Parts: sequence; structure tokens; C-alpha cells
Amino acid sequence: MIQTDWLWGLAGGLLIGGAGALFLLINGRVMGASGIIGALADGSAGAGWKENTAFLVGLIAMPMLLLPVFPSQTHLTENLAQVAIAGALVGFGTRLANGCTSGHGVCGISRLSLRGIVATVIYILAGGVMMATLRHGWELI
Amino acid sequence: MQRALFAALSGAIFGLGLVISGMTDTTKVQGWLDVFGDWDPTLAFVMGGAILPMAVAWRIAARARISMLGTPLPTLGVQRLDPGLIWGSVLFGAGWALAGLCPGPALASLGFGGPGGAVFLVAMLIAMLAAAPLRRRLSSRPLVP
Repeated sequence: MIQTDWLWGLAGGLLIGGAGALFLLINGRVMGASGIIGALADGSAGAGWKENTAFLVGLIAMPMLLLPVFPSQTHLTENLAQVAIAGALVGFGTRLANGCTSGHGVCGISRLSLRGIVATVIYILAGGVMMATLRHGWELI
Repeated sequence: MQRALFAALSGAIFGLGLVISGMTDTTKVQGWLDVFGDWDPTLAFVMGGAILPMAVAWRIAARARISMLGTPLPTLGVQRLDPGLIWGSVLFGAGWALAGLCPGPALASLGFGGPGGAVFLVAMLIAMLAAAPLRRRLSSRPLVP
């Protein structure tokens, strides 16, 4: 039984891949969110800083413009210490690995990159282990 | 100017896709990772949908060699599995599950994510800065995803 959420996921996924295709074929760049913001953060973007900043402006502005017609909520945990630790792990990890879900996942797997496939398998496994510990850890004791 | 315009357009379409796919909703991401609970397969549909147009784009890129704005298209370099890739992905996966956010959705939800979303982004940016020296030491050559 196909659920509406899955179809929205597929439609949104096609748009994400379409955005990556445009960025690749027009700008000649790999659309990786952690790389685009990370290179700005540590100054390694060089002359590409304008392009990176413009990408981020579009990425942040579009969901804000959509809010009246497409209200969204993140349902993020209210435990801010947990949120900060999560943010730090994501920032540090994606920079060491040189990619995240968009770079390694979408852009890497679609070109059958060994690094992209290995990274994606590892972060999904690590995420699964963390999730099991968070939600079901007490069941194991 | 042209480069910035098309970058903004790509970013906007990426943001639209992230929002309508449900990937800015942390419960959907955590639901995907919670295989022992009420498992939510939506993320697999998102990933599948995103890989399709990208696979076509890589095919075109292999033949074109140069982007429409005149820069060389990225080629698949030497595929080396290094400790940075492995351990970085372990840390990233753990953080991804802990909050249900990865860098793309964390940025896309800045406008409606409240103070928690801002805390996540600030922590992520500080950690990205902190990772820079180790990153340079681990990879002497630039590595593509």
C-alpha cells in the first residue's frame, strides 16, 4: 500500500535531484550541502564564495516563501544540549568525510562513486545504531 | 553574476524539494533510522527520486566535459577510502540520528526551525571550523564525493 507521504517524498526527491543536475550541468559543481557551507565557514571556498552564498540564500529563502502555502515544522527535540551535540557531530563528521546526504548520498551514489556508497552505508548504519540506543536502549538492559 | 543566479536557483529548488519531501521534519528522518520501532521508509523514496535525475546528469556531464557556464565538469578522481571518510561518516550518522537533521534540511529549515534549529546550525558551523586543521592533515589531495 503506497502512502501519500511516500509520493511526496518521491516528488521532493525528483526536485532535489533536479537541483543537483542544474548545479552540475550549469555551474559545473557537485551539490553537497556540507561542502557548500563548510567551504564558506573555513574560508576554503576562495573565489567560489559568491556562488556558495547565493546557493544558501536560495536554499534558506525558498522554504520561507513557501510557508504561507506549505507550512512546515521540524518537530526538533526541545533538549537543546542534545541538539548542540548533534549539530557538532554533523558538522565535524561531514567535513572529515568530505560530504553528507546530498554530496555522498545523492551525487555520489548516482555516479556509482565508491566513496559515496561507502560513506552512505556507514552513516546510515551509525544512525541506525544511535537511534536504536536512543529509543530502545532500555529494552536491552 | 550568472553563476550566482543559477546557484541561487539550484538552492531554491533544493529547498523546495527538501520541504515537500518531508526531509525538514525530524520525525520522518528519525523514523527512517528507527528500524526497531515504527519504521518510516519515506527517505528511501526521496533518495531514489533524487538519484534518478542526477544519474542522467552525470551521463550528460561525462560527454560534455565543460559546464554550460564554461567551467570544467568534475570527474571521478582516484577512489581512495581513507580514515576521514570512515570515521567522519560514523560521527555524522550518530549526529544525524540524535537530532534528525543533516546539513541540507538544517539550512532549509532556518526560517521555521525556531531557536533549536539555530542552535543546531551554530554548533554545526563551529564544528566545521574546528574540523578544518584535521581535514587538511588527513587529505593532502582534494577528494570528490
